[in-house]
Amino acid sequence: MDKFTTLTGVAAPLPITNVDTDMIIPKQYLKTIARTGLGAGLFSEMRFKEDGSENPHFVLNKPAYRKATILVAEDNFGCGSSREHAPWALLDYGIRCVISTSFADIFYNNCFQNGILPAKVSPEDLKKLMDDASRGANATLTVDLERQEIKGPDGGVVKFEIAEFNKHCLLNGLDAIGLTLVKSDKIKSFEDKHNTHAWA
Amino acid sequence: MAKLRTLYDKIWDDHVVDVQPDGSCLLYIDRHLVHEVTSPQAFEGLRMAGRKVRAPEKTLLVVDHNVPTTAEARSHVVDPESKAQIAQLAQNASDFGLEYYDAFDKRQGIVHIIGPEQGFTLPGTTIVCGDSHTSTHGAFGALAHGIGTSEVEHVLATQTLLQSKAKNMRVTVNGKLPAGVTAKDIIMAIIGQIGTAGGTGHVIEFAGEAIRDLSMEGRMTVCNMTIEGGARAGLIAPDEKTFAYLKDRPKAPKGAAWDEAVRYWKTLHSDEGAHFDTEITLDAASLPPIVTWGTSPEDVASIEGVVPRVDDARNDQQKAKIQRALDYMGLKGGEKIADLKVDRVFIGSCTNGRIEDLRAAAKVIEGKKVAAHVNAMVVPGSGLVKDQAEAEGLDKIFVAAGFEWREPGCSMCLAMNPDKLAPGERCASTSNRNFEGRQGFKGRTHLVSPAMAAAAAIAGQFVDIRKWS
Ligand code: SF4
Repeated sequence: MDKFTTLTGVAAPLPITNVDTDMIIPKQYLKTIARTGLGAGLFSEMRFKEDGSENPHFVLNKPAYRKATILVAEDNFGCGSSREHAPWALLDYGIRCVISTSFADIFYNNCFQNGILPAKVSPEDLKKLMDDASRGANATLTVDLERQEIKGPDGGVVKFEIAEFNKHCLLNGLDAIGLTLVKSDKIKSFEDKHNTHAWA
Repeated sequence: MAKLRTLYDKIWDDHVVDVQPDGSCLLYIDRHLVHEVTSPQAFEGLRMAGRKVRAPEKTLLVVDHNVPTTAEARSHVVDPESKAQIAQLAQNASDFGLEYYDAFDKRQGIVHIIGPEQGFTLPGTTIVCGDSHTSTHGAFGALAHGIGTSEVEHVLATQTLLQSKAKNMRVTVNGKLPAGVTAKDIIMAIIGQIGTAGGTGHVIEFAGEAIRDLSMEGRMTVCNMTIEGGARAGLIAPDEKTFAYLKDRPKAPKGAAWDEAVRYWKTLHSDEGAHFDTEITLDAASLPPIVTWGTSPEDVASIEGVVPRVDDARNDQQKAKIQRALDYMGLKGGEKIADLKVDRVFIGSCTNGRIEDLRAAAKVIEGKKVAAHVNAMVVPGSGLVKDQAEAEGLDKIFVAAGFEWREPGCSMCLAMNPDKLAPGERCASTSNRNFEGRQGFKGRTHLVSPAMAAAAAIAGQFVDIRKWS
């Protein structure tokens, strides 16, 4: 997993509430057995028309945003299905950071497994960042994970929330399984007791 | 005095392997359900790292999302990607030595239906699956929730999961349900009240007379849609109904072990006076049959209600949301719900694909005919549900009325298999998500109970099941 330290890039505004994971990556793309290549399907039902051509009105199809690495969205981003294909699709497209006021729990966890930063900001700060992201070619933000700060094009800075452990893993690109396997003895002694229960 | 604990606290405490400095815990996982869509990359990860499955006996695999629901199509899956995904699951089962129900096994069905059916789902256990509707198993007093594929790999390799403890929320549904109003209407009413993010960061315990009165099937319906209210897990304290349902199931404990288990299970309830961070109450007697009008499960309306108008919105954000949903659903706003005509009816899914659901629907349609312009289908949730329904003659009632009677699977709940809506088609569906495109590109989904879906198939439009004769 790639480390996440700082990121400077174009932020695309997605002023939609409850962006669900079906919207991020529709089910026809879930049939893959690989983790990569899903960027092609990112937001596909909004990004493409029925004939497969691009919908010029969708934000990621506008020239200024085609290379966006940050997404700014309204409340409850990532709700619905648990599909990790959603963060995989974001990552494959090149999005490393999503900024919102709130995230659905499963999606939120999935981001950390893939080196994506889900940055939680206050509603007032989101409004400001949404304005920043709406400035087309000038919609560049700098995200600094160590300092938990997002700097806008006008130099204004907002803070975001993240748990210490999540931050630590992202900053160091740590693999969760490797971390847990260090505790194999603890798991073993737990099992020795637990597995004696009739219901376990 | 010992600290007063909620049901969630108790199950949590019993599974903590290790506490990290920041308070998050390594939690032991008792049961792991696996399906073909969210697992291939997890097994691939294990292979690449040379890791094994830590506790193969605690893992159960089944194919459900991709399988076609007609007997012929099942034998010859034409979609190459579906075929590959199904084959990969079989390969992974054999490579890692795991129990697997393939599409031709009688026990095959939707992952959240077969777990309880086999007695794999037990009170007091922790259960995970790479599927958000794992919340279903909470109906048995199990701590059950969906996880992502990296976490699937983590559980396969370590039988644990790194978790931060959620907050406790209790939803108490007092009183008795009116005739015609069901478990599905209860949970949709709750989501309508708290919103799709209302339960985020919480585990919801459902309590109260109306919940206790529900059958195990009904309780599963309620817990199933907990995720639609933003909570990863729902819980209902186990009771005599729970034990009766589980007794003698293939994977449930037997003999003395059963008695020991029941003694423990009886301690699984929230202590009187335990603290809940959030409390919600509803009055069952005041609930109507519910129909969703929009593209989020929180977009609920009474069957007697109307589709909201953009002008009803409180702010600009809400206005945009309603406008987007109305446009997608092909509605103007202000229409009476009972005037909406449907093209398709889908009865099935892990929300409402159990025997009780099929009985409820069959009762409504017996001796009647599906409206000429409607295409209606029933998809049993598992092979065992299908057998039971056929033993009761329900299949004949459905077929005589003009319904298609299918083989078990997820079917049109999510349109990853050949069952899907065509663009613009309006569907009365007993599933759990009305998201844009969920049942097919540009398909329009209205979520309802099985009885309401059945009545809509006959009438060709939504009708108030309380007035059905
Ligand atoms: S029936 Fe629908 S919600 Fe349930 S597991 Fe299958 S796809 Fe998911």
